[in-house]
Amino acid sequence: MRVTRDLDLAEECAQDAFARALTAWPVDGVPERPGAWLTTVARRRALDVLRREAALRRALPMLVVDDVEPAYEVDDTGTDGPGAIADDRLRLVFTCAHPALNADAQVALTLRLLCGLTTAEIAKAFLVAEPTMAARLTRAKKKIAVARIPYRVPDAAALPERLDAVLTVVHVLFTVGHTAPTGPQLVRSDLVERALDLARMLRQLLPSDPEVAGLLALLELTHARRATRTDATGRLLLLDEQDRARWDRDAIDAAVPLVRESLRSRPPGRFALQAAIAAVHGEAASYADTDWREIVALYGVLLQRWPSPVVALNRAVAIGLADGPAAGLAALEPLGSEPALATYAYLPAARADFLRRLGRYDEAATAYAEAALLTDNDVERAFLRSRYDEARAAAG
Amino acid sequence: MAEYLVLIYENEADYAKGDQGVFDEVMKAHNDFGHAHGGSIRGGNALQPTSTATSIRGTRTDSVTVTDGPFAETKEALGGYYLIEAPDLDAAIEIAKQVPAKFGGVEVRPVMVFD
Repeated sequence: MRVTRDLDLAEECAQDAFARALTAWPVDGVPERPGAWLTTVARRRALDVLRREAALRRALPMLVVDDVEPAYEVDDTGTDGPGAIADDRLRLVFTCAHPALNADAQVALTLRLLCGLTTAEIAKAFLVAEPTMAARLTRAKKKIAVARIPYRVPDAAALPERLDAVLTVVHVLFTVGHTAPTGPQLVRSDLVERALDLARMLRQLLPSDPEVAGLLALLELTHARRATRTDATGRLLLLDEQDRARWDRDAIDAAVPLVRESLRSRPPGRFALQAAIAAVHGEAASYADTDWREIVALYGVLLQRWPSPVVALNRAVAIGLADGPAAGLAALEPLGSEPALATYAYLPAARADFLRRLGRYDEAATAYAEAALLTDNDVERAFLRSRYDEARAAAG
Repeated sequence: MAEYLVLIYENEADYAKGDQGVFDEVMKAHNDFGHAHGGSIRGGNALQPTSTATSIRGTRTDSVTVTDGPFAETKEALGGYYLIEAPDLDAAIEIAKQVPAKFGGVEVRPVMVFD
């Protein structure tokens, strides 16, 4: 089919152009000055890819492109040209995260078209066979062409909802990378890096959107703790055991103003609130100094804004840290009947921790055992089993 | 411009239970939709309930069978459609969001074009 073939051509051009733009950004962990991308790197590189962009634009008319200027201001503070590139990339972001596409396909297409990953790399990232991923991508591309999913920045009325879908794709990517759902490694740094690239790119393209600022801050703040999440032997370290001196202080300092900026919108969005929670941790001198009441309050607002059992679980854990393990256990109680959490390892893990702190070692051991059964990540399982052994020993 | 078929799937039992008031309300909603989007509507019809449907399998073969009932028994059945014209899927979705479907929802399908 002609349309599909042209979309494939567009894909080749897009992948090449965007991959080049992205490799110009720091890829070896967090840069010395995270946020440097704001001013220089991508824009400078954008000039280099202008020639390729011309090829891209020739190939793109087969996608639905309209001549109406986007209602949203995109960053075009560069010299002649890069503004148009930014615009093209932004349009593609919205095409990839279109709600008419299946959620898995949204993430896969974003990795393919915006990050330039190969189908084989994406298949590996999501632990599926390459032909499966190829079929998923082909189906999505065909739908884009046949159903005429537009290549366009949504108008102002539709933008918040559509942008939320885009930010969700990036957040999912980061989350999957941050704690791999299965496998021997705790972190899939390839996915984490791609998610950070995308969040930085979105911040550059939509510099005045509070939720974009919130997502970037959340990712940077979470990523700033990466060096301390496991010990030298690969054992999982929880927040109270982490060496805060090894947190990336520059990254935290750079992200805090973003959090403040993102919280200025009323009501604050879900990424702004999650970033604010991450900032409270980031700025606490020690675990004991953490303002748990502030965290409980932020989770409370987040729960109203985004009613999710996982948010409710996090709030219950924070209550336990603010008011003691008995209060935490009571807050966890109603979540036991929540179907969405029935196979969620963090629920029994949280209960186990509070039971352990209360000296109810027998029950704690049972809960640790349940949590260990429910996780497929080897590092997490090893941690939960060691806690199980300790509780068993303490129970006598 | 492209054409999309907006298929209206609704729970027939809810309609069967409805009184004249429900019928009037739905008719008014469709009339309002027609007035608001007349420029984009290329056609449309309401269908008689699936209890009046006849399914025919094996057409153009020697083993053709004719049976009573719809092709697939589902809680929400095809009850009507609009054929609309729109520049892209977003525009089609915006129109489809306005289609009355009190007891169900709608499915948007691009119409195949043969060059």
